[in-house]
Amino acid sequence: MPEKFDVIVVGAGPAGTSCALVCAQKGLNVLLIERGEYPGSKNVMGGVLYRKQMEELIPEFWKEAPLERPVIEQRFWMMDKESVVQFGYKGLEWGVEPYNNFTVLRAQFDQWFAKKAVEAGALLINETVVTECIVENGKVVGIRTDRPNGEVYADVVVLADGVNSLLSKQLGFHKEFRPDEVALTVMEVINLPKEKINDRFNLEDNQGCTIEIFGDSTKGNLGTAFLYTNKDSLNIGVGTTLSSMIKAKLKPYDLLDYLKTHPMVKPMLAGGESAEYLAHLIPEGGYRSVPKVAGNGVVVVGDAAQLVNAIHREGSNMAMHSGLLAAETVIEAKYRGDFSESSLNLYRQKLYDSFIIKDLEKYKDATHTFENNPQYFKEYVPMMNKAMSKFFTVDGTPKRDKQKEIMKSVTSERGTIKVIQDIYRAWKAVK
Amino acid sequence: MHIVVCVKQVPDTKIIKINPKTNTLDRRSAPAILNPYDAHAVQEAVSIREKNGGTISVLSMGPPQATAVIKKSIEIGADRGYLITDRAFAGADTLATSYALSKALEKINKEIPVDMVICGKHAIDGDTGQVGPGIARRMDIPPITNVIEVSEVNLKEKTVLIKRKLSSGYELIQAELPCLLTVEKEINQIEYSPMPNMIKAARYESVIWTVNDFENVDRSQLGLKGSPTIVGKMFTPPRPEGGKKIEGTADEQVKQLMDILMEKKEVLTLQSSKQ
Repeated sequence: MPEKFDVIVVGAGPAGTSCALVCAQKGLNVLLIERGEYPGSKNVMGGVLYRKQMEELIPEFWKEAPLERPVIEQRFWMMDKESVVQFGYKGLEWGVEPYNNFTVLRAQFDQWFAKKAVEAGALLINETVVTECIVENGKVVGIRTDRPNGEVYADVVVLADGVNSLLSKQLGFHKEFRPDEVALTVMEVINLPKEKINDRFNLEDNQGCTIEIFGDSTKGNLGTAFLYTNKDSLNIGVGTTLSSMIKAKLKPYDLLDYLKTHPMVKPMLAGGESAEYLAHLIPEGGYRSVPKVAGNGVVVVGDAAQLVNAIHREGSNMAMHSGLLAAETVIEAKYRGDFSESSLNLYRQKLYDSFIIKDLEKYKDATHTFENNPQYFKEYVPMMNKAMSKFFTVDGTPKRDKQKEIMKSVTSERGTIKVIQDIYRAWKAVK
Repeated sequence: MHIVVCVKQVPDTKIIKINPKTNTLDRRSAPAILNPYDAHAVQEAVSIREKNGGTISVLSMGPPQATAVIKKSIEIGADRGYLITDRAFAGADTLATSYALSKALEKINKEIPVDMVICGKHAIDGDTGQVGPGIARRMDIPPITNVIEVSEVNLKEKTVLIKRKLSSGYELIQAELPCLLTVEKEINQIEYSPMPNMIKAARYESVIWTVNDFENVDRSQLGLKGSPTIVGKMFTPPRPEGGKKIEGTADEQVKQLMDILMEKKEVLTLQSSKQ
């Protein structure tokens, strides 16, 4: 006779583990199933962990979690072929408790996080693939795994199975992705001695820096690149929407090689040794791509529910918070003894009342706008670089004349009306 | 029938790095796994239990986190597990390890009489293959090494029929129970564990014994104190020199190869005697 749990969580990433942790803390009987060898073995992100949503789950987690460096500096690069316009912020207040965010290596962090859920009482099973939800009378009553005697039952199944959520597709919550709804990101972890990282990035031991790179980092396509500092390694990666990649006939690994050998980037990596190579899809469809998130006996969290804010590179925090909201809903449903769709729809409501959907709603047109108007990345970034170069080159031309010349070159390249339209469109997309 | 399988937690040598300065294993670099030969030992116990019924216990010595390999064994199908862990056991060589394990087996034997002990052929971090026979010697039961098949278990007669791998061919022997087997990898295929086993393992809490749980234990035979082995030197063996490369057209290559083979006739005769 197959066993029955209160909750089965499929996927031990940030969303699933958060949900399992909170349910277990409230005494629910939780089974957490992970397909990888251990939690984190298959999980990928650029590497920034946000403090706020993690702290809600485990207060003062920074005292024991395997973190790399607290981020005290965020830089933004508008990169052209042989130049870069930079701006950023560095503040020591981010380097002391309670911190702002941290760089992490997911293989270590996720393992530790899942251990916390296990300590709270959740049962963790690795190396097991959930092949489908068991549906009886229109209600999800359990899951089937790829193992012999693989059925397990539960009042609620939480789908935290990641960006390409086959399980929510099976239930008809999702359609197949369109190529403009997902980004493909490839990244490398490059080992580099701590001292070199500190010197090159102007940091102390327990200080980290993140650099987001726009423009030539994606050869002008819709997407970004990043360079983050760990303790003694760097995370470097680049991603663009699949549709841009297809349109521009780009190969993701070529793009990463291009970035690594870019004259603005290469010296930062010099002497490093490639330790890991990772690739992953990121759901970037935003507000309009969020599927149905609750059904009879089932809820969908994290990447599986497409909860990623591509503009602010926030995903893991949304995943964690959605896991928490799902857990609260399940606990309340358990109390009521009602696991129907109308009962679990409370999760949807919580999600839409939270920063998660509010932020996604704010940027609902952003991806679309930037996808259909490649000039932002392709033309404006080089223009900015040229303008800066012109303005700061000392050649005897009066500064006022230079300003005029710059304005003239911008408007002549795109046309005055178009420039105004572009500014308005961009503002509308992110307002 | 009560089978005890001895298992060891080892660094995964597929991933491990050697520190080039000291020539020693960098144990931090590799994840800890169940010694692969021991996994086959547990699997074999499961097959024997399927045919003959009974109980499978697993026994391990190591630090507290070695309960992970007991859980892994439960996934494969063991019923229960014991971990002996104590500072007194630390630094043990194969002699002291087999002494400590035999003391634990003595205690398990008092709980449920043991009919068979199964070990892996050797651990992949040390490759000595001494602990299994060491335990058998101390328990005064026959050690049967390099087992590739357990052909028959006769519980009435208390005998077992076993195939041993030899350097050329195999040996079929009958032994009395209780006995100790050390198994090769080819003895079986590790099966994909059923879901109920996975749940049981996730929940399982091993029995944990320290040195104080043993009676009549001679502490001077434990741990570093009981270990006469001295590691004189560790080195990475030199890369073997590449063999002869045969070049030319296909016909020329075949001819050259035949010449070499005909020169070394013993290679061919050995093959034919095996068949």
